[in-house]
Amino acid sequence: MYPSRFRYESPKTVEEAIRLLSEAGGEAKILAGGQSLIPMMKLRFAAPQTLVDINGIAGLDHLDFADDGSIRIGALCRHATLEQSAELKVRQPTMAAAAKLVADPIVRNRGTLVGSLCHADPQGDWAAVMVALNGQLVAQGPSGRRTIPVTNLVRGPFQTTLAPDEIGVEAIVPAPAGVPNGGYLKLERRIGDFATVAVAVALDMEVGSVTRAGIGLAAVGSQTINATEAAATLEGGRLTKDRIVAAAEAAAAVAKPRSDHRGSADYKRHMVRTFVSRILIGVASSIEKVA
Amino acid sequence: MTSLFEEVTPTGSGDIPVTRITLTLNGVSRTVDVEPRLLLAHLIRQGFKLTGTHTGCDTTNCGACTVLVDGTPVKSCTMLAVQADGHDVTTVEGLAGPSELHPIQEGFKDEHGLQCGFCTPGMMMTAKALLDRNPDPTEDEIRWALSGNLCRCTGYQNIVKAVLWAATKIQSQADGGGEG
Amino acid sequence: MVLDEIKIEGLGASRLRVEDNRFIRGKGNYVDDIVLPGMLHMEILRSPVAHARIKSIDTSKAWDIPGVRLVLTGEMLAARNLAWMPTLSYDTQAVLATDKVRFQGQEIAAVVADDPYIAKDGCDAIVVEYEPLPVIVNPDQARAPDAPVIRDDKVDQTDNVIFNWEVGDKAGTDAAFERADVVSRIEMHYPRSHPSPIETCGSIADFDRATSKLTVYMTSQAPHIVRAAVALVAELPEHMIRIVAPDIGGGFGNKVPVYPGYVVSILASILLEKPVKWIEDKSGNLISTGFARDIYLKGELALRQDGKILGVRMHTDSDHGAFFSDAQPSKFKIGLLHAAFACYDIPVAHLTAQGIYTNKAPGGVAYRCSFRITEAMYFQERMVQAAAVDLGMDQAEFRRINFVRDDDFPHRTAFGFLTDSGQYAKCLDVGLEAIGYEEFLKEKEEAKKQGRLLGLGISTMTEPLGAGNSREYDILGIKMFDSAELRVHMTGKALLRTGAKSQGQGHETTWAQIVAHELGIPAADVVIEEGDTDTAPFGMGTYASRSTPVAGAAVAMAARKIRAKARKLAAHLLEASEEDIDWELGRFYLRGAPERGVTIQECAMAAYSNMPDGLEPGLENVAYYDPPNLTWPFGCYIVTVEVDPETGVWDVLRVVAVDDCGVRINPMIVEGQIMGGLAEAYAMANMQFITFDEEGNCIGGNYTDYLLPTAWETPGFELHEVVTPCPHHPIGAKGIGECATVGGPAAYVNAVMDALRDYDVRNIDMPLLPDRVHQAITERSDISGAPPVRME
Repeated sequence: MYPSRFRYESPKTVEEAIRLLSEAGGEAKILAGGQSLIPMMKLRFAAPQTLVDINGIAGLDHLDFADDGSIRIGALCRHATLEQSAELKVRQPTMAAAAKLVADPIVRNRGTLVGSLCHADPQGDWAAVMVALNGQLVAQGPSGRRTIPVTNLVRGPFQTTLAPDEIGVEAIVPAPAGVPNGGYLKLERRIGDFATVAVAVALDMEVGSVTRAGIGLAAVGSQTINATEAAATLEGGRLTKDRIVAAAEAAAAVAKPRSDHRGSADYKRHMVRTFVSRILIGVASSIEKVA
Repeated sequence: MTSLFEEVTPTGSGDIPVTRITLTLNGVSRTVDVEPRLLLAHLIRQGFKLTGTHTGCDTTNCGACTVLVDGTPVKSCTMLAVQADGHDVTTVEGLAGPSELHPIQEGFKDEHGLQCGFCTPGMMMTAKALLDRNPDPTEDEIRWALSGNLCRCTGYQNIVKAVLWAATKIQSQADGGGEG
Repeated sequence: MVLDEIKIEGLGASRLRVEDNRFIRGKGNYVDDIVLPGMLHMEILRSPVAHARIKSIDTSKAWDIPGVRLVLTGEMLAARNLAWMPTLSYDTQAVLATDKVRFQGQEIAAVVADDPYIAKDGCDAIVVEYEPLPVIVNPDQARAPDAPVIRDDKVDQTDNVIFNWEVGDKAGTDAAFERADVVSRIEMHYPRSHPSPIETCGSIADFDRATSKLTVYMTSQAPHIVRAAVALVAELPEHMIRIVAPDIGGGFGNKVPVYPGYVVSILASILLEKPVKWIEDKSGNLISTGFARDIYLKGELALRQDGKILGVRMHTDSDHGAFFSDAQPSKFKIGLLHAAFACYDIPVAHLTAQGIYTNKAPGGVAYRCSFRITEAMYFQERMVQAAAVDLGMDQAEFRRINFVRDDDFPHRTAFGFLTDSGQYAKCLDVGLEAIGYEEFLKEKEEAKKQGRLLGLGISTMTEPLGAGNSREYDILGIKMFDSAELRVHMTGKALLRTGAKSQGQGHETTWAQIVAHELGIPAADVVIEEGDTDTAPFGMGTYASRSTPVAGAAVAMAARKIRAKARKLAAHLLEASEEDIDWELGRFYLRGAPERGVTIQECAMAAYSNMPDGLEPGLENVAYYDPPNLTWPFGCYIVTVEVDPETGVWDVLRVVAVDDCGVRINPMIVEGQIMGGLAEAYAMANMQFITFDEEGNCIGGNYTDYLLPTAWETPGFELHEVVTPCPHHPIGAKGIGECATVGGPAAYVNAVMDALRDYDVRNIDMPLLPDRVHQAITERSDISGAPPVRME
């Protein structure tokens, strides 16, 4: 309930924050929403020597729908902003579906998408969504910015490929290759529970045909799983029953769940299959209604 | 410090760095020195002695500690006191006006929306923020908005009724209540 | 014109609550809100392992931390004979571990410091060396021939069995089973759960050397029991101990036992001569304090082909953790579990029970259980549903055939209880009508054609509330009466103190309503105090829904004593004899000239200013109430659900509750209690449990694993009432606080089982998590036991 002692810095610029991280030599953590980090510190699972609070840095809280069709989410953009964005529902239904399922409504007021990606919890919702959307993280370090595909961001549970003196400053969802569709289903036993299983399916469609597909699986492995083969079975054709079944099977096949008190591995794999299938069936029938 | 005295403790605590912060607490500007690790909930309860905000878990689930930061519900156990620097914090003690209760408080009493009272301040703060944003919520919207606040006693049904009661009262005050 | 009882907020008024005035302002006074001058803070170091010898404890680094004032270990307590304390079940419990640690989370050491942050730093700096021992996490392991003896501290303990107990008629029951046309059998496990009020346990111990008085502010549902226990353990004189239970943020039975943390804070205060505050964190509360349930049943019903139950046979194995520490009537080792089947007219029954030690936190009797009655009624209604299925009978009809009939009260049950009154069939009718029973059965058939699974579950029960009569009920030898002390001031306002202790049940509101009913004093003119042993009359506290039945009765009796004295004052004022005076609400009057009367307020004034010769001044009295019997409310709970066969997720469609708790003092408060119970029942049926892995690690030691439903998951409730007064209670009331928690879980589970009828699934042990339901469907099999923690 009580964190151990640490040094606290609240820089006013990204550059200053980076400098502080460099000085700390790997013993510092970034504090943005704090809804994952502070609970860990209260239980003393995390005890960084320095906390670098970036909440005072201007220009990081944007949710921008760029002209090129991409979406840019700043490091301080809160889950609640994404949940309440009417435009996001239209521009990226998969993200909108996930936004309201992250944690609980109050935690969503503070927590951030970028923070969630950098925290790299295998049960994290946003990583699965960003994987499905082929998203990227923009990281800034002493030598400038680099763009990391989210699929390359995570090394293992709670470990990313970010250098100790790098900060995630923005997440990018690339412009869709068609009309964006998809969904996010999460098996949680109650609001605020970690996912037993969660599936993000993102499709870009052109006249009923899938031009691009992405499927991200959360909580069924030591990190988010990118079900590339499953996604590939959907690309270049209509959402037929056969393709849906094949995609669902392929996704279940790459899931690596553990049996634990949330369910057996078999059950979790079955739920991956079920969720992929239900999201795709939902998309298919909504297209039919429109057509 | 009072006019009478301020004790200086001898136990080498001088080398523990503190940060000076200024926040607006229930409408009043307050300046304090705090250790960075102090949680906002503890600053409110032990520092400012406003004990209406409660702590009920270790894992940011129960929401008994919910306060409004710049009008938005935040679990004060999962925010450092230093992060409140420059912000507005409203606790349950700031709900009532000088001479009357907030309609949410009245609603909770009228509809038996509390039993042991421990989750109640957090519930009411979240409810207030909901009604500020959505003055006419449905039952589902209320349950969704309150899904970060746990209650063990009531089974939630009367809490929902309390919020609906408050929404009606606030609407009627806005319509004919004589506000300028 | 006689007073309107509802206007003065007597019985039946949905009086708004007095306690709300402070709670809605954030001005409650919970233990952690209290600050005393010079107060220090205590944190407890808990064992990370479940069963191990303690090789060494090094506290030196903790002492070095600036701000740490005291570090206590078991060794230091042992030197003062305080390392072990008696429990409320005649066992002993470690205060701080000395030789061994016996469950994960057990108290090892305590640090007292200037603030709780530093106290936690101190705990982190203590180094403990453990030598692991084999771990026992269930009764089967505990009974294995090579199982280690967990309680090797007890001289006569050679195994892990705590008790063997039995009740009923074995021979008669065996004969009934011989005669039976059908025997219905079922085995189940009621998993470990935890009351988990939002507020954790805590105490502020304040020993004043100057006066030799110990004051302890603490989260206690039974302050007088604590005073007695402290007097025994700490060997301080009883009159120099003051226990104050202020506002309590939920109890549910979790705040009845005397926990090691309280005892350590008391010792720390005595040693430091400063107030010491200990506030538990949520993990400490969940992994170390009084849990609930964790009991296995083998149940059998002997049945006649026409549906009549001929006999009941039950065997339970209860897992009590490492210490037998329950607060329950001492004569009944498995609580009042033998109240099972009390609402059915069954000639003969037999129950055997065994209690077992395991490497888990101590407890078992808690969580609105009315002393194991949650277990009894869950087992009962699950057995009843299985029997109805076995017989091919409609589940409502099967119950109706077996109910005790309205004219058969008082009714002696096969296990020896005497039930008081009821209209069981009527309650069932009200419930079936409300849920639309026949229409639902049709809807269910239609849905099946579309591959949808609907189910309806019924749970009916009567339970004994209001422990209890002094012939049979005691805790540690102290009889379970309760008390009320009423003082009427000269202007007719009053102060009432009772031996009960509300944790949200609204006593400050409802006791005044009883006074209004008896004396005609408006409820608003009566202030209620509870919880301070220096001022409150002796009572056994509030749990097991006993307060309305016992303390409430005492309130009525105290008020009647007052009325009897007021009658003498009235006679004096009216210059008449007592025989010529009649009473109506709030007023005595001359029978012969009714317009001539005096109000109760005028009588009160006379008690101070105009007494007749020979009558003592003042107007106050105390009543200690030894209930002649328990009260027996009845509940009929009906739940409808839809199960998604593909995922195992089930949604509640409707919940109908019909409760008959006799006369309702405050209908609004009664309904609040019922809804709270229905939500807890849902929680247990759907998601809430504590389990352990093979190493004794507790899964469910925080709110990310121990799941309480939110407003989003929790269904809505439709409440109905039937009123059959209690014939032996002064105002005809019965208990109600725990009924829905007792009767509710089986309704939800029976509903899901009903939905899965075609899959040959007879039982899924709670919680009915999606993966368990799904497994039952796909494998067409029962799912037993707590969710296993298998890590691949």
